[in-house]
Amino acid sequence: MTTVRTIKAKQRPGDRVFSASTTIAGCIILAALAAVAVFLLAESVPAVVSGPDELRDGADTFWAYVAPLAFGTLWAALIALVIAFPISIGIALFISHYAPRRIAQGLGYIVDLLAAVPSVVFGLWGIKVLAPLVTPFYQELTTNLGWIPLFSPPASGTGRTVLTVGIVLAVMIIPIITAISREIFLQTPVLHEEAALALGATRWEMISMAVIPFARPGIISAAMLGLGRALGETMVVAMVLSPAVVISFVLTGSSNPATIAGNIALNFPDAYGVQVNALIASGLVLFVITLVINSVARIVVNRRKAFSGAN
Amino acid sequence: MTTSATTGIANSLTTGRLPKWAPWGLLAGSWAVAAVIVALTQAAGEPADFNIVAAIFFGTILFDIAIVVLSALIEGSRQARDRLVTSLVVTAFVVALLPLVSLLFTVVVNGLARFDLEFFSSSMRNVVGEGGGGLHAIMGTLLITGMAAIISIPVGLLTAIYLVEYGRGRLAAAITFFVDVMTGIPSIVAGLFAFALFALLFDDPGIRFGFGGSVALSLLMIPVVVRSSEEMLKIVPNELREASYALGVPKWLTIVKVVIPTAIAGIATGVTLSISRVIGETAPLLIVAGFTTSMNYDLFAGRMMTLPVFVYNQYANPGTDVQVYLDRAWTGALTLILIVMALNLIARLVAKIFSPKLGR
Amino acid sequence: MNIKRSGGIAAIALVGAIALASCAANEGGGTEAPSDLSGTLVGAGSSAVGAAQETWIAEFQTANPEVTITYDPAGSGAGRETFLAGGSDFAGTDRAFKDEELAAGGFASCAADSGIVQLPLYISPIAVIFNVEGVDTLNLDADTIAGIFAGTITNWTDEAITSQNEGVELPDLAITPVHRSDDSGTTENFTDYLAQAAPEVWTYEADGVWPISSGEAAQGTSGVVDAVTNGTGTIGYADASRAGGLGTVAVLIGEDYVPYSAEAAAAVVDASPFVEGRPEFDLSLELDRTPDSEAYPIVLVAYLVGCETYLDAAQAELVKAYFTYMASPEGQAAASEGAGSAPISDALFERVTAAIEVIG
Repeated sequence: MTTVRTIKAKQRPGDRVFSASTTIAGCIILAALAAVAVFLLAESVPAVVSGPDELRDGADTFWAYVAPLAFGTLWAALIALVIAFPISIGIALFISHYAPRRIAQGLGYIVDLLAAVPSVVFGLWGIKVLAPLVTPFYQELTTNLGWIPLFSPPASGTGRTVLTVGIVLAVMIIPIITAISREIFLQTPVLHEEAALALGATRWEMISMAVIPFARPGIISAAMLGLGRALGETMVVAMVLSPAVVISFVLTGSSNPATIAGNIALNFPDAYGVQVNALIASGLVLFVITLVINSVARIVVNRRKAFSGAN
Repeated sequence: MTTSATTGIANSLTTGRLPKWAPWGLLAGSWAVAAVIVALTQAAGEPADFNIVAAIFFGTILFDIAIVVLSALIEGSRQARDRLVTSLVVTAFVVALLPLVSLLFTVVVNGLARFDLEFFSSSMRNVVGEGGGGLHAIMGTLLITGMAAIISIPVGLLTAIYLVEYGRGRLAAAITFFVDVMTGIPSIVAGLFAFALFALLFDDPGIRFGFGGSVALSLLMIPVVVRSSEEMLKIVPNELREASYALGVPKWLTIVKVVIPTAIAGIATGVTLSISRVIGETAPLLIVAGFTTSMNYDLFAGRMMTLPVFVYNQYANPGTDVQVYLDRAWTGALTLILIVMALNLIARLVAKIFSPKLGR
Repeated sequence: MNIKRSGGIAAIALVGAIALASCAANEGGGTEAPSDLSGTLVGAGSSAVGAAQETWIAEFQTANPEVTITYDPAGSGAGRETFLAGGSDFAGTDRAFKDEELAAGGFASCAADSGIVQLPLYISPIAVIFNVEGVDTLNLDADTIAGIFAGTITNWTDEAITSQNEGVELPDLAITPVHRSDDSGTTENFTDYLAQAAPEVWTYEADGVWPISSGEAAQGTSGVVDAVTNGTGTIGYADASRAGGLGTVAVLIGEDYVPYSAEAAAAVVDASPFVEGRPEFDLSLELDRTPDSEAYPIVLVAYLVGCETYLDAAQAELVKAYFTYMASPEGQAAASEGAGSAPISDALFERVTAAIEVIG
């Protein structure tokens, strides 16, 4: 706004204080992040330059060590997002546009509750309830659909597979994506919606023409927040997954690729020397992965900037 | 929101509509059919094995297909698509409810075993085996998370305001970018960082204190606050701001009195989400806030127990009588959920009190 | 009006907080002081010792109400690093400090020329547990156990298993071996046993990280026990106190099959020599996993590590008192009851007592 204004408004002290404090807040974030980055980089160097004998899992170089972990992180998060995204959008639409207004609030509250459940509890639930529950299904899948590479036998005997982890992660990120998309759906200009309906659109046509285009950047942001959570989730993966050092797309087997965060949690307590550096360096890799994914999402969002109210 | 069908040549408003009871009847029918099919396929096995989850699941899918086909035949393709989406949306909701109900059920059933006065009135000091409680962990969680919120909410909210209202150019781009990066800090790395930072600052290699935990949690919390608040501030219509400026209101007052109240419901949701995100963190707190069985009210000195660490430890390192430890773990988990529920309620209350009494 | 309402809420919250903040019911009290020890001791290390430490700390604090001891079950590696950096007064670790680590020195809590005291005070048998319906015990030799965990023996009806268990009805079921997914002393001791007792089948070195990609993995003792319990045809290894209702393996030693027991575990420790070239207060063991007598070779020995000479004499006195208690018959009996460990033998007790004397 300020860029097009030719008449300069008088700068009041309140304005100056307020804008300065917001700038400072932004800079605090930058400083904190710079500190974290310096810490990570400094701690990572010994691992990256380390020799073949010092790393775990028989890896010759740090990159060979981190590759399966990076793959596992992306794979598990992708599964979670594929499951969670459509469901979350569905729930958000249900609450904002389908359910009766009075019920909708209560429903929103119930979904928010899911976000409140701590990850340790998700882990406990995953181990004690979900894994035993899905084991027979996995057995069926491998016997009947074993020709699909995703389900190639043998099936896991305990159900602690990457698919189970993906489901638990999905349940964890559903409330995040839902809560934000719901708020955004609710902000759709009512005029747009009513105009669509007045033109004879069905409810779905109204949503697809008026609501979704308005909310798209917000939905992508929400999905990215959820993905960030799935990528960095530590405890659930550590507790539920049966990991191995492999790069494998099999969803129902015993040997699943470990994730970076889960691997840190599993091996940090008993690590010493270069192993600690290797774990922190793998944290740095996770950092970079998130950064790349987020940048891509930003680019996508920025293409559709026109709908943002503050522009 | 009644939409009249205008397909076909017939011009009556009621032609080509499925009767109102049709979806419900169809749903019940589908479930019944699926139940019969599941029962038949399982007839070889034990009758006790009847799988109600499978019956509902396949029944719902059957319903989705049936309603679309029926609607396409009677109401035309546009209505059919609408029906499809409606049933998908409802299905999504039901599917999401299943794990929630299962999870809450598990936690409540297991957690009630020790949900007694003793749990809320004692710590684990000098307790072996039965008895004991989580008061020290509850206090620790409230203090550490509260401090994290005190750090994160102002910083996060102000940053979001900066990004939406003031920020132009390089600095804003950098902050946006790095907030994104921050969402990718693995929680354990945040703990390691906070530990390294304070060990260096206080020159104490064994430093463990609650405030360190708050700092670690803030690192995880700030990006969530910024991103969600930013989204909410962005969708405040520009017309509101312009109207305020036109009345001669200074920019900062416009933000405080117009923009933030308009977005407060969303911001409150975002803040609650961010608290929910960190209150259950285990790994960073174990590193920097430590582990103790005694009460500690001082954020700045001494180890502090938190509920997630408590739950995790009771699960992972039980003594000989495992069940006693597991019961405490579940009760701790139940307590944690109740705390966040209460926070959620407070956030909604705040939103209700401060948001403008207009609109939806 | 709004302010009034939110004020009311704040008041309720405040009252609630004060009620919650009132001291834990089980703390304080203790009008008489039966001992003149006071101060705070901090330990960190192996989570395997966690439950035992809980018991010891509870008993010791009851006897000495002015003393507060905390033990972070953060893991052996973290425990050693923290102790090395001077962040804790004593460490609990699943393996003793190695020669090169001792040579490097730099123990920050200890006086400049001080050595460190390493005492094997926690001995715990590791049970090989399995879940096969209707079978409570199995007799297996080391080669068969190694074959199962290496993935070369894949069915419960394999000749190698049935030939050792005549009269036991084993189902035609695939074997799912479960190992620890985290870096742990339990895995290191178990793989050490496999490497020593079945060198032809198990060609890997002892390591805290499971060396091969076969079978299932689960986190921590609790995870392995859960996986074995919930799976079918599963077999795993876990701290014996957690075996619960699962089937356990009796291991072939010489001519006999020896089931796990506290005495048999203590026997293998007694039969093992101490590491050579260490001072007499360093009781690091070179565990011999192939005894010829009635001994159970799969044991985990955790060491409690302290300084020979502390920088702070008051801390030295506390550590000495606490170590004396842990080594005492009462201490060992308490751990045996609370954590299911095996009490140390009288011979080892004398060596340990002599070693504790040097702490100062």
